[in-house]
Amino acid sequence: MAGVVSNLSTSSAKRVQGATTEVPWIRYSLIIISLVFLALFLIMPLIIVFVEAFRKGAGVYFAAITEPAAAHAIKLTLIAAGIAVPLNVIFGLAASWAIAKFQFRGKQLAITLIDVPFAVSPVIAGLIYMLLFGAQGLFGPYLMDHDIRIMFAVPGIVLATVFITFPFIARELIPLMQEQGKEQEEAAITLGASGWKMFFRVTLPSIKWGLLYGIILCNARAMGEFGAVSVVSGKIRGQTTTMPLHIEILYNEYHQAAAFAVASLLALLALVTLVLKSGLEWQAAREHELAVRSAQT
Amino acid sequence: MSVPTTSEPLAASPVRKKQPWVQKSVLPGFGLSLGFATLYASLLVFIPLALLVLKSFELPLDQLWDVVSSRRAVASYRLTFGTSFLAAIINLIFGLIVAWVLVRYTFPGKRIVDAVVDLPFALPTAVAGIALTTIYAPNGWVGQWFALLNIKIAYTWIGVTIALTFIGLPFVVRTVQPVLADLELEVEEASASLGASRWQTFKYIIFPALLPSLLTGFALSFARAIGEYGSVVFISGNMPYKTEITPLLIMTKLEQFDYAGAAALGSVMLLFSFILLLLINLLQHWSHKRTGG
Repeated sequence: MAGVVSNLSTSSAKRVQGATTEVPWIRYSLIIISLVFLALFLIMPLIIVFVEAFRKGAGVYFAAITEPAAAHAIKLTLIAAGIAVPLNVIFGLAASWAIAKFQFRGKQLAITLIDVPFAVSPVIAGLIYMLLFGAQGLFGPYLMDHDIRIMFAVPGIVLATVFITFPFIARELIPLMQEQGKEQEEAAITLGASGWKMFFRVTLPSIKWGLLYGIILCNARAMGEFGAVSVVSGKIRGQTTTMPLHIEILYNEYHQAAAFAVASLLALLALVTLVLKSGLEWQAAREHELAVRSAQT
Repeated sequence: MSVPTTSEPLAASPVRKKQPWVQKSVLPGFGLSLGFATLYASLLVFIPLALLVLKSFELPLDQLWDVVSSRRAVASYRLTFGTSFLAAIINLIFGLIVAWVLVRYTFPGKRIVDAVVDLPFALPTAVAGIALTTIYAPNGWVGQWFALLNIKIAYTWIGVTIALTFIGLPFVVRTVQPVLADLELEVEEASASLGASRWQTFKYIIFPALLPSLLTGFALSFARAIGEYGSVVFISGNMPYKTEITPLLIMTKLEQFDYAGAAALGSVMLLFSFILLLLINLLQHWSHKRTGG
């Protein structure tokens, strides 16, 4: 009798295991379909950037990325990201602190509103600043009288970049801080820590990986933004061209190899971003697992 | 004042009245953080967006209508929405397959494949644009084979669809993947032990559970595609009436210093963006309710 029971349970276990997956030929076809699709749509564009960049040899490549206009474009891209990312970090920290740690009416609306720049076309992001600060814009005459340039100059490029990358940090931090609760911060305050001390000793260490993750994504988008920046930049070569705009100018002038040479730098940035992102996800998963295990023992 | 119905308990209203706007907490910095965030968001995002709508109403209404319903504008809406919809459908199908393969199967290099899915988020759109154009141009790696069949991809609506598929793919994969990973295998086992075939289990058990996340991913991918500019301008060829997307038409109007016209078209796009944002929120709400999260 016992033998029959155990026999039954093993055979049904085998059947159940087979029941939650597909027959091999379907499994392999689905894997192959996925890999072919990703290779065609994602990997091939990445490869062609480097192939085209080096098509005319390393000499042309290095000339293209070191010529003065390219060097200036790289510098301007770094400046724009260097201002936009820290500003959005401060906003992200403030917004996520208020939203994750306090209960107030209209909170859900606030979370939705933060996503608005993701839903808006980059061209519109540029357009709104044009309507404000352009020559015919709302503040246009005032700015003209005082000789302040925002459009077709660096401040406009920074503004457009800030708009586009506005949600990144807040979006990453809000769910993270909500999940962590507020007991630890409350303990710190009740034990007499000042607000800033609590922030730097308790809050910041516990969100550091999420914050870094947000910064990496925010930075990648800031350096690569094209649509919004191209509206406000005026594309004055060597003055108001960021790297993506410089690529566009070179490409439209049929300097294919030079355009792809500069593009390869941004593609490298994308690869570094993906590697860091995966590393951070791995790190977060490991810490989570350790926390779960230590909670169990 | 409406007469309270019996289903609404009378005791609830005084309690609600007493509830303050923000609940008391020992934690500091609520005023400062919310105040700063609101000021920053208003100055940089919301006041400028509101001005865009106001600006478009500077035109008399009949002229406004002429701008947004001109033949060229309507052709651009058709291209933008048509190709975005098609790209989102392609992403819906292949995004589900990719998510399925990444969650359910093991194969060598899976972690790299998983990381690669995010490439469109990380690769600047202008780089994607020139790369895709070079691949699908009549003398490109893929374009030359289609050229033999007399099919043009780059500089047609097909090219636009390919660019929009590229930028939208991660949205579907990344929305479906976590939901699929959280599905309980026991339900599938139960379904199989009751005699359902694998296809029936997928159709009646798995697919309905995935539906909210699939639709959310579809809507996110569609919304992103409608506004996309960088990857499309290179591959579309930008022929008015034929391969000109709405964001490009706005750009053209700006270059001709037609600010009001650009604002009018911008407002039309903004309206659709907000409708989609609302829809996505409703879908996510539904999805959370389904998964009990």
